[in-house]
Amino acid sequence: MNAVAIPEPQSDVVIRLQDIERIYHMGGETIYALRSVSLTIERNEYTAVMGPSGSGKSTMMNVIGCLDSPTGGNYWLNGRLVSAMNDRQLAHARNRDIGFVFQTFNLLSRMTALANVEVPLIYSGMRRRERHDRAQHALETVGLADRMSHRPSELSGGQRQRVAVARALVTEPSILLADEPTGNLDSATGREIMSLFDKLHDSGNTIIIVTHEKRVADHAARTIRLSDGAVISDGPSGDEA
Amino acid sequence: MLLGETFLIALQSIRGNLFRAALTMLGIVIGVAAVITMVALGAGAQAAIDAQMEALGGDILSIGSSNRFSRGVSRNQQTLTTDDADALARDSIYFDGIVPEIDNRQQIKYGNTNINVTILGTTPNYADVHLFNIAVGRMFDSSDDAGRRRVAVLASEIPGMLDTDAAGIVGRTIQIRSISFDVIGVLESKGSSGWRNPDDDVWIPLSTAQFRVAGNDRVENISAKVREGVSIELAMVDIERILRREHGILPGADNDFSIMNRKQFLDTRQEAAEVFTYLLAGIAGVSLLVGGIGIMNIMLVTVTERTREIGIRKAMGATNGNILLQFLVEAMVLCLLGGGLGLALGAGASYFASEFAGWQTQISSASIITAFTFSATVGLVFGMWPAKRAASLDPIDALRHE
Repeated sequence: MNAVAIPEPQSDVVIRLQDIERIYHMGGETIYALRSVSLTIERNEYTAVMGPSGSGKSTMMNVIGCLDSPTGGNYWLNGRLVSAMNDRQLAHARNRDIGFVFQTFNLLSRMTALANVEVPLIYSGMRRRERHDRAQHALETVGLADRMSHRPSELSGGQRQRVAVARALVTEPSILLADEPTGNLDSATGREIMSLFDKLHDSGNTIIIVTHEKRVADHAARTIRLSDGAVISDGPSGDEA
Repeated sequence: MLLGETFLIALQSIRGNLFRAALTMLGIVIGVAAVITMVALGAGAQAAIDAQMEALGGDILSIGSSNRFSRGVSRNQQTLTTDDADALARDSIYFDGIVPEIDNRQQIKYGNTNINVTILGTTPNYADVHLFNIAVGRMFDSSDDAGRRRVAVLASEIPGMLDTDAAGIVGRTIQIRSISFDVIGVLESKGSSGWRNPDDDVWIPLSTAQFRVAGNDRVENISAKVREGVSIELAMVDIERILRREHGILPGADNDFSIMNRKQFLDTRQEAAEVFTYLLAGIAGVSLLVGGIGIMNIMLVTVTERTREIGIRKAMGATNGNILLQFLVEAMVLCLLGGGLGLALGAGASYFASEFAGWQTQISSASIITAFTFSATVGLVFGMWPAKRAASLDPIDALRHE
């Protein structure tokens, strides 16, 4: 009998937060941005995070996106303990596992759409030719095959957000994090972007969208509501808390 | 990635702000141009002084007649004679050679060509003391001198001025003040010694010059080559002792001659050249410092302006090291571009200095390496702080930055 190494069954859990706490000290005052947040997100889940401003949505996004480190609790991303990582390891995690889509697009204005999409691949050390092909493919996926050499200033808001989505996708991250992705777009364009996210979800991506719009949250299968830094409800979208 | 990509990003960013980059580079450009010019001039001056030292070949004291002041009026006078030279050669043990000379400009004629050159009347040992070599023919000897023979030795450029060559003119006759002289030798080229060109003189025996051309026994100048190991001061005292005795100068009265030390003169020039070099080095240092501060200032502005970009890059996975490198490389590219322009400017300045001001300059590969090392170092030193600031920005704050 040949001894064949059987791989460990891959866990479907992408994100696990356990008693996550994020405290800010501001002039002697202690602010609890997140208090004891625990949740799990599995592969190919489509989740919306809702809550009024100041509820801790953005802090949670930053912690999940490895931009911020929690002051308490444990965070595992693909089974690795993020809360114990140093700056360098966090940068690598952002590069490989996270794809960010921001409300204000955050494209580099001096570069073409294609060059913008290539940025994360530069930091992962990919060779120019392969980088080029991957970025081109990502732009085709979001329907911008004919706008690759345009600069952000030559693109509409919806097109810019598509470039940003392509940039988030290009590294094939474990999770797409979208922070109010339709916040700066008119409602028709917003709907276009949301149908793009739906499509990406259908093709297997794991997506978390932070929003305060119920219309947007309803695209997701699951909605997590935050208030004062704590989870107040977590269930299928559409259920009114 | 990364160095190549970083380099491209830096170039892109500089191109996006070309005018500002040019202004920023100006300090470095001037600094490096100053370094290049300084080194070029310094090397040129040193080479000139070395060549002159070489040409002098030891310590030669030059004795001349001094102007006499009487009733407040300075009067030219010729006080030195052949006898003085003989006395020095006879009575002093401090000299290897005593060479009296007279010179004046005369018309010389060869065939149909007339030129006006310096006729130098001197003794046969002039060539040995002043380190000239004979190219063709021979130097005149003491019997030529004693016999006041009409023979001439030509310096290296004279045959060309007479439309012939060295081999062609030896044995022929030239006219000096309508007196015929036989050309017996032509000298090798010596090169300019700094005060005048010795390669367009015509030499004739001293006695011939005194009695056939000048008409008296005065000499204008006596060169005295100091014996090796003898101090210049001692030699000068001895000249003074002998000449005061010869001229019958009473104690307390002034000398009617002057003694000049050419090597001393060159030493002074060398000191001046060194001071000049230090001065330029100071200017170069100050402008590199100011240029570096300019670079730092602009890099700090750039970091602030591009805070959001830094946030975006960090969110996309750039490490602190990546960001540090990016801004450091940008500062260094600015400095190296400035260094390149400064090099061109310095080379241009050196060229004009030698072309129009007649200063000798030398641009060596060492000075080019120095220029680039300097500008890279300035970029590294003054780019480090802004780059560190960029690298240490918090990604969340940077992304929120408007």
